[in-house]
Amino acid sequence: MGLDIRLPIGMMFTLIGLLLSISGYMTKADTAMYQCSLGININLVWGVILFAFGFVMLLLALLAKSVKEDAPKSAETAEVAR
Amino acid sequence: MPTNIHLSLVDYTILALYCAFVVGIGFALKRYMKTSADFFMSGRSIPAWVTGLAFLSANLGALELVGMAASGAKYGIATAHFYWLGAIPAMVFLAVFMMPFYYGSKARSVPEYLKLRFDERIRCFNSLSFAVMTVFASGISMNALAKLLNQLLGWNYDYSLWICSAVVLAYVLKGGLTSAIYTEVLQFFMIVLGFAPVVYLGLKDVGGWKVLNSTLAHVATDPDKLALTSKVYAPDAWTSAWKPLLGGASANPMGVDLFAMIFGLGFVLSFGYWCTNFLVVQRAMAAKNMTAARRTPLIAAVPKMLFPVLVILPGMIAAGLAYTGKDNYRLPPRMIMSEAYAKAIPAVQQAGAQNLDAQASLKLVGEAVGFKMNPEKVVALVKENAAKAMPEAALKARIQAAVSENDYDGVILSLVKKYCPPGMLGLALTALLASFMSGMAGNVTAFNTVWTYDLYQAYLAPNKSDGHYMNMGRIITVVGVLLSIACAYFASNYSNAMDIIQLVFGFVNAPLFATFVLGMFWKRTTSHGAFFGLLGGTAGSMIFHATTLAAGNVPGIKGGYLAVLATFPSEMAQNFWLASFAFGVCFLLTVVITLVTKRTKVDEELKGLVYSLTPKVADEGQAWYARPAFLGCVLLAVCVLMNILFC
Repeated sequence: MGLDIRLPIGMMFTLIGLLLSISGYMTKADTAMYQCSLGININLVWGVILFAFGFVMLLLALLAKSVKEDAPKSAETAEVAR
Repeated sequence: MPTNIHLSLVDYTILALYCAFVVGIGFALKRYMKTSADFFMSGRSIPAWVTGLAFLSANLGALELVGMAASGAKYGIATAHFYWLGAIPAMVFLAVFMMPFYYGSKARSVPEYLKLRFDERIRCFNSLSFAVMTVFASGISMNALAKLLNQLLGWNYDYSLWICSAVVLAYVLKGGLTSAIYTEVLQFFMIVLGFAPVVYLGLKDVGGWKVLNSTLAHVATDPDKLALTSKVYAPDAWTSAWKPLLGGASANPMGVDLFAMIFGLGFVLSFGYWCTNFLVVQRAMAAKNMTAARRTPLIAAVPKMLFPVLVILPGMIAAGLAYTGKDNYRLPPRMIMSEAYAKAIPAVQQAGAQNLDAQASLKLVGEAVGFKMNPEKVVALVKENAAKAMPEAALKARIQAAVSENDYDGVILSLVKKYCPPGMLGLALTALLASFMSGMAGNVTAFNTVWTYDLYQAYLAPNKSDGHYMNMGRIITVVGVLLSIACAYFASNYSNAMDIIQLVFGFVNAPLFATFVLGMFWKRTTSHGAFFGLLGGTAGSMIFHATTLAAGNVPGIKGGYLAVLATFPSEMAQNFWLASFAFGVCFLLTVVITLVTKRTKVDEELKGLVYSLTPKVADEGQAWYARPAFLGCVLLAVCVLMNILFC
């Protein structure tokens, strides 16, 4: 309906992913903090995954947008060619 | 629960980001809200994958998230019946057989379909009961959220309730149904991405699936160790979905027999919810064309089949962890409220002063607290306190630690607290918050549509301009949110109220599917038959409830207050049998009354409303593998496979 939902989803998850990865990276050395998550730096790992997910969403949204813009353009060129 | 969770800056930022995005989506959609059709039905323009995920998400409220983990701990993999038996078949049926009627007829809501098929009486009954139920459901959701924020983070109940409601109001008011749908899709991803790490860590911690299975085998033969139940079961009771069921009601922790499970849950309750509840059907009706509408429930069925991994498995993991006692984890105990401490502390002191024996001490303190207590811990506490009076804080902590009744609803949160460092914690909590708020948004959008079209336009102010109804829609959205808040306060003050409300929902929902199935597939069904059949079925539910009881319950709100003509092994069994009974009564009554009354509608009027009078939806344009019937069969086959894998 005018707004492609993949755009806000993509934006939100890239931002959250970025936030978590940066937070995870900055607390890399803090082993006590990650004891609860079985020693895994879950912020960094999951932050990167979320960022990738958000990125893919944004990509899909932008691709869909350019396909829509190409469609009328190709109709125009078809007109001109005739 | 000794300590509150403390949120860090990262956690608050994630929460703030989510709120900003959902409100932002609402404002971004504002300019597309030109007609009432845009506001209430999204202008029927939404792609299938979006409506599909929204369809699932509208159903997946936070109460289900919390409740499924609770059931996973209490009953094990059998909880998956609510998905693989109690959802997928109904969703396929809706997609293949019923969506053509909902989408193809001129109906803009489920009650309106009833009006077109039958008459105004049954529409009035359905829209009134649905409107009331949906507002209460919204209030219950928000009450649970505000209570959670209060218990967990120490936030003020009133502020939490009003601020969260304000956020929901902001985006629903601006963007209507589309806002609700889009935020439901966002919420879907939040839930999956917010809880997947917790499930992964939990499974890793417990040793993996095979180790969990063998631990749960121990749990099944000794459930009393975790205060689950004092009965004993075969080793596969927590890890096998069907075998304990085949053994009868006493062989599985749910206390349900095979017939009640398959007919009561798998048919009546399941089809009654998925095929007639406007909250979910509204999402499918917002799809951009008939094919998308029919695909919506099928698309939703795919994640629905996999959800047990996300929501039920944590409960099973918690039971496994508690059994091995790793890292001193235990299932969270029921929390003692501050008013109860006022009685409990004097009770401990009194027991010590009077030098009561173990049994008497346990009785005194247990009654003061209101929960079951661990005898050894109580006796030790009383002795210690009598020897030297403990400071109040330490005394409270010891009393709380001595509670042996489990707070199953706290299971998923206890896992989040256990595994999430700051950062991840914010994500998981935001996911939980998102699902509560989405529950309110979904209910409010269903409410404002049913009010505006089925009550206001139908009876109070017909033939007004479209702009008039759109304004009414906006006003009633505000009213709906305010009513939900009122219901939340009501539910928070009278915990019995929640039970009564759930009960009434059950009474009304149980017979409903009989009316729909007869209306859609038998053109002979008359309006008299449908209306009185439905009333009779609802009355049947009430009578059944008033004359039956579950083992271990006392007559009262749980049933049996007129007489106890039958006892069931568990409340779940009672519910499933009630549903079966009500369905049967409604079906029979509708058929009988139909046969003795005259039809009021001719075949021509029923075109598009009844199966035999509606031209089959032309699927020829699509490839055979994309047709809803084929996709439905594939889904059912996979569903059967899942059932076999975990039988």
